[in-house]
Amino acid sequence: MKRRLAIALLVLTAACERERRDFKLPNGDHLTAATQVSQLQPGAPSPPPVVESPFQDNAYALSEGKRLYSAFNCVGCHAQGGGAIGPALMDHRWIYGSRPDQIFSTIVQGRPNGMPSFAGKIPDQQVWQLVAYVQSMSGNVPKDAAPARNDDMQASKPELRREPKPPVQTGHR
Amino acid sequence: MLQSVLESAGIQAARVESEWWFIFRVTTVVTVIVLAGLAVAVRRGLRGRDTGASEQRMLRYIGIAGAITVVILFAILVRSIFTSRALASERVSDVMQIEVMAYQWWWSVEYQHPEPEQRVRTANELHIPVGKTVAIKLLASDVIHSFWVPSLAGKLDAIPGHEAVLWLRADRAGVYRGQCAEYCGFQHAHMAFVVIAEPPDDFERWIQAQRKTANQPQSPIEQRGLQLVQQRACVMCHTIRGTAAGGRIAPDLTHFATRSTIAAGTLPRTPEHVNAWISDPQAIKPGNRMPTIALAPEDRAAIVAYLEQLR
Repeated sequence: MKRRLAIALLVLTAACERERRDFKLPNGDHLTAATQVSQLQPGAPSPPPVVESPFQDNAYALSEGKRLYSAFNCVGCHAQGGGAIGPALMDHRWIYGSRPDQIFSTIVQGRPNGMPSFAGKIPDQQVWQLVAYVQSMSGNVPKDAAPARNDDMQASKPELRREPKPPVQTGHR
Repeated sequence: MLQSVLESAGIQAARVESEWWFIFRVTTVVTVIVLAGLAVAVRRGLRGRDTGASEQRMLRYIGIAGAITVVILFAILVRSIFTSRALASERVSDVMQIEVMAYQWWWSVEYQHPEPEQRVRTANELHIPVGKTVAIKLLASDVIHSFWVPSLAGKLDAIPGHEAVLWLRADRAGVYRGQCAEYCGFQHAHMAFVVIAEPPDDFERWIQAQRKTANQPQSPIEQRGLQLVQQRACVMCHTIRGTAAGGRIAPDLTHFATRSTIAAGTLPRTPEHVNAWISDPQAIKPGNRMPTIALAPEDRAAIVAYLEQLR
């Protein structure tokens, strides 16, 4: 009995974390002053600083990211992840890096050959929601948090059922 | 502002009101009779008097009461069927069409017109001409909502992927409050709207004014406000016709300062409230979709000054 109760409590706390709704960014500006885009460094190579995606475990933020992905017209170029005039986002290839801080910088700064800069146009909290959703498109967020269905018809599997694709850095092409 | 089924101001609401009074009167009479019967029975019981009624006689009384109950319920059913039929037959062809899209947690209102540039989009506020039937096409973008202006009509659900039409006719000029009547999430209680019924001439003047593009800012502070609106996150969601702002997922702000409330009836529209709303929307209506945008106080004041001249 005790063990069952403990398991039930454990499940409940896990659910709280997943369903928690932060209407503001939990920790204001732990941003990305200097995200590395190049792999070259001066001096001895050191591993890049670890920046956590604040929302990748959170189902609410992921679904908001999914909503904004259409609302801010990411679909216009990247389609539903398969890519069109912009690169695909549901595959394993990453031109400008797959780390959350790198995705953040790509959205905020823009990138050559077509990716516009959204600096000042999207508040940080919503950028992080988009970052989490972009991570989920290639299956790189926990499955219990990823969106399970679409509001409209969708040709691909829901994000929750996508196999995680280990990211490969392809660099500029 | 009126929000009551018992203060009907239109033909549809009048039928609902008369139905309400019928049921109220019948059930009042029934309640009085039942309670009187109960009082008599209690008094007899307290005095310990045996009426000598046989088991069979009591059964007969219960049978009669049961039959009367069935007849009364049947009468109410038949009358409400006739009311529903009358409401459904109120349709008029060639009426003004208004498309209302329910969002979490506000209402987008679009006046239809064969020419797209003559369409008018506003939010949380409907103007209708007195004495004319209008057709309200109800849609929902996310979850099920329900459109209810008690003084003008019964409620009708807005269901995602489904189109429902509500016919309205206001017979008395006035300002009527409406409310989402189907629980739709965290801020369901803050999802109100206003229906303003006005004489046809006033309505025509209003819709002509709404068709114009946004006012050009005059003073330097207002011009700075417009510049900030176009530089910052506002444009991603809001539309201000005549400027670069063209987002479609939040209320149209083209004639923002003609509306009486902000945040779907949450607060009256005053410069102080607008300022407080922009500085921290999540403190006023937690969970709503407007994000907090980092702005210096003087920039915020400029945006408020710009919005307040959008008449």
